[in-house]
Amino acid sequence: MTDIDSRIDEDLDRRDSAPGEESITEHEPAGGLPGYLLGFGLAILLTIASFLAAQTGLIYQPAVISALVVLAIAQMGVHLVFFLHLTTGSDNTNNVLALAFGVLIVTLVVLGSIWIMGHLNQNMAPMSAHQAEMMP
Amino acid sequence: MLGKLDWSAIPFDQPIPLGAALIVFLAAAAVLGWISVKGYWPYLWSEWLTSVDHKRIGVMYIVLAMLMLLRGFVDAIMMRTQQVLAIHGPGYLPPEHYDQIFSAHGTIMIFFAAMPFMIGLMNFVVPLQLGIRDVAFPTLNSVSFWLTATGALLVNISLVVGEFARTGWLPYAPLSETTYSPGVGVDYYLWSIQISGVGTLLTGVNLVTTILKMRAPGMGYLRMPMFCWTSLASNLLIVAAFPILTATLAMLTLDRYLGFHFFTNEAGGNQMMFVNLIWAWGHPEVYILVLPAFGLYSEIFSTFSSKPLFGYRSMVAATLFICIVSFMVWLHHFFTMGAGADVNAAFGIATSVIAVGTGVKVYNWLFTMYGGRVRFDTPMLWALGFVTTFTIGGMTGVLLAVPPADFMLHNSLFLVAHFHNVIISGVLFGAFAGFTYWFPKAFGFRLHEGWGKAAFWVTLAGYILVFAPLYAVGLLGMTRRLQHIDMDIWAPYLKVAAFGILVMIAGAACQITQLVVSIRRREELRDDTGDPWDGRSLEWSTASPPPVFNYARLPQVENEEPYWTVKQRALEEQSPADEESYEPIEMPRNSPTGFITAFFSTLIGFALIWHIWWLAIVGFIGAYATFVVFAWRDHGDYEIPADEVARIDGERKAAELAWLRRRERVA
Repeated sequence: MTDIDSRIDEDLDRRDSAPGEESITEHEPAGGLPGYLLGFGLAILLTIASFLAAQTGLIYQPAVISALVVLAIAQMGVHLVFFLHLTTGSDNTNNVLALAFGVLIVTLVVLGSIWIMGHLNQNMAPMSAHQAEMMP
Repeated sequence: MLGKLDWSAIPFDQPIPLGAALIVFLAAAAVLGWISVKGYWPYLWSEWLTSVDHKRIGVMYIVLAMLMLLRGFVDAIMMRTQQVLAIHGPGYLPPEHYDQIFSAHGTIMIFFAAMPFMIGLMNFVVPLQLGIRDVAFPTLNSVSFWLTATGALLVNISLVVGEFARTGWLPYAPLSETTYSPGVGVDYYLWSIQISGVGTLLTGVNLVTTILKMRAPGMGYLRMPMFCWTSLASNLLIVAAFPILTATLAMLTLDRYLGFHFFTNEAGGNQMMFVNLIWAWGHPEVYILVLPAFGLYSEIFSTFSSKPLFGYRSMVAATLFICIVSFMVWLHHFFTMGAGADVNAAFGIATSVIAVGTGVKVYNWLFTMYGGRVRFDTPMLWALGFVTTFTIGGMTGVLLAVPPADFMLHNSLFLVAHFHNVIISGVLFGAFAGFTYWFPKAFGFRLHEGWGKAAFWVTLAGYILVFAPLYAVGLLGMTRRLQHIDMDIWAPYLKVAAFGILVMIAGAACQITQLVVSIRRREELRDDTGDPWDGRSLEWSTASPPPVFNYARLPQVENEEPYWTVKQRALEEQSPADEESYEPIEMPRNSPTGFITAFFSTLIGFALIWHIWWLAIVGFIGAYATFVVFAWRDHGDYEIPADEVARIDGERKAAELAWLRRRERVA
């Protein structure tokens, strides 16, 4: 390993901090009491928006589910940024990587399971229309 | 008052479990009596049972693992002998008992032998290799160990009170539902695995935090020893995969206790989902077990070849590749469940691809030895035995990864031979290699070489004699878990396998003899230098056994092989590196939290198994109260004064100087 490489490694290493340890109040929109209040406001707003989307006719009916998914992801983003203080800064590498690893594993397991379970009847003997009617 | 528990739970009419339980009980009583007579209880309580020292906890993990390894081995002996005695006959184990034995064998070997052994080694070695004084959360570490011990205790209670599961080591639904398994067997399985699973998960959190946050000054990620890298990958897998196991077993528990229908046949349940979810945990689990072994083999190949590890960065990459891809192959455990060709093909290809990561490692090990000065000490013998036989097991695994071949071979003894082939050479040989390699570090004296070599050769021979015939008889169509056999063509193979298990018994006897002989002759096997193998990583730079604080001053790391560099420099300059000043060290105080929590967890587990609801509530309150008391403690740390540190470190420096003088004379 070259000297420059190792110096970069050490640098990253020193600045990397665990949740709760980092100084969150410095130049960061999500820091301090105003940050928490802002996050709280955004979270409430997104919640109200979800209920409105579901219970009123404001949105084109078939698009309601997509709208809810988008709002839910936005809600997760608000929580991560304002309450868990996840930033893109270099002091947050471990936390971002941990989130990425978690999202990857959950995606693999959930999508994989849906795919596998949806495929289960492929090797069954074909059924006649009559047999299909007799199915529970 | 006592739920389902009454005298009928004790199997008075079955001599085998009753006799076995009696022997275990008498042995335990003898050990406890001996401790009481000798008056060792205060020492044991304050130095070991309540210890939060990662080294002591590691040793206790390994003691637990070895006891459970023996228990699982006895189950294996019973299965092999039953299959030989039951050719055209009933044998000596009735079906309901035989089913419990193969279920207990798998459960014990994976959860209570292999896992604690690997976690014990990681616990002991990782902080030493990282050059730090303890893990991130020392008391949590103790809680983890004692919860694992609780699980092991519950499984062994099932030997005499009630019964164990008859469902195999993974309780497939709907067989494990109350309709088909009305007894307490599956409940024993569920609660012992759930309780020890919490312990494992906490260990994962603990070691990931330790490795990411607590390395010695200067130790960047790419300067960590290989064992720390594979431990990191293994613990990341624990954190990611064990929640799936917990959730799946919790759903089965709801089915059994509260009449839910997650995995039943009726009312919208889907038993296929159980198979899917349990293997989404189960496949990462095999890499959780084998990755630490890969790491310690890397250390051993490099140390005993007197060379740095070949391809360090490719090794790191291969480890992380395995860590991710291990979550993409789980369907190969149930190719025959009914999914279509494209699903099977995708997972078959992913399974073949994951072998590439392991292949990279095998070549790196070979190239590490190439051109090195190879020393054939016992740990190196285990490593060489591993790399040769594991490759064969890996090849049969790639064969099974082809779905059409799997349709022929699934559920056969070919499959059984395959996974024993990889897990014995991968994990068990790894455990023995690591045990022999780090034993001098833990206790200050080596294990006896002659008995160690005998144990290796005999175990290797027995292992081949057992599993080579099982491959063949699997190809002849014999399925797994048969209680009696009606086919004459299988008989010779089963007899060879039974002879093989006799050889393995001799191997186990050699291991026990090795331990006894080494302890009796510890003075002549003593190692004063702390570096018996001419090691390369930091753990060999401190004394053996290491002081409670591991390092008087945290080492400064400059490259991938810090201790090797220090040693070479000392040899060049003809004087050890001098350390002038010492500072007082703060160490965590011992705490009985883990032991008490585990006591209440045992109550909870036992009460829930037998539906003794009031006792379960008592257990919950007790465990919670223990946590509250610990959380409100006033003094978590104590201080070791600087002159005490200087005194302890002085002994190590004297030994180092003596070593240098000796090296000079040789040169």
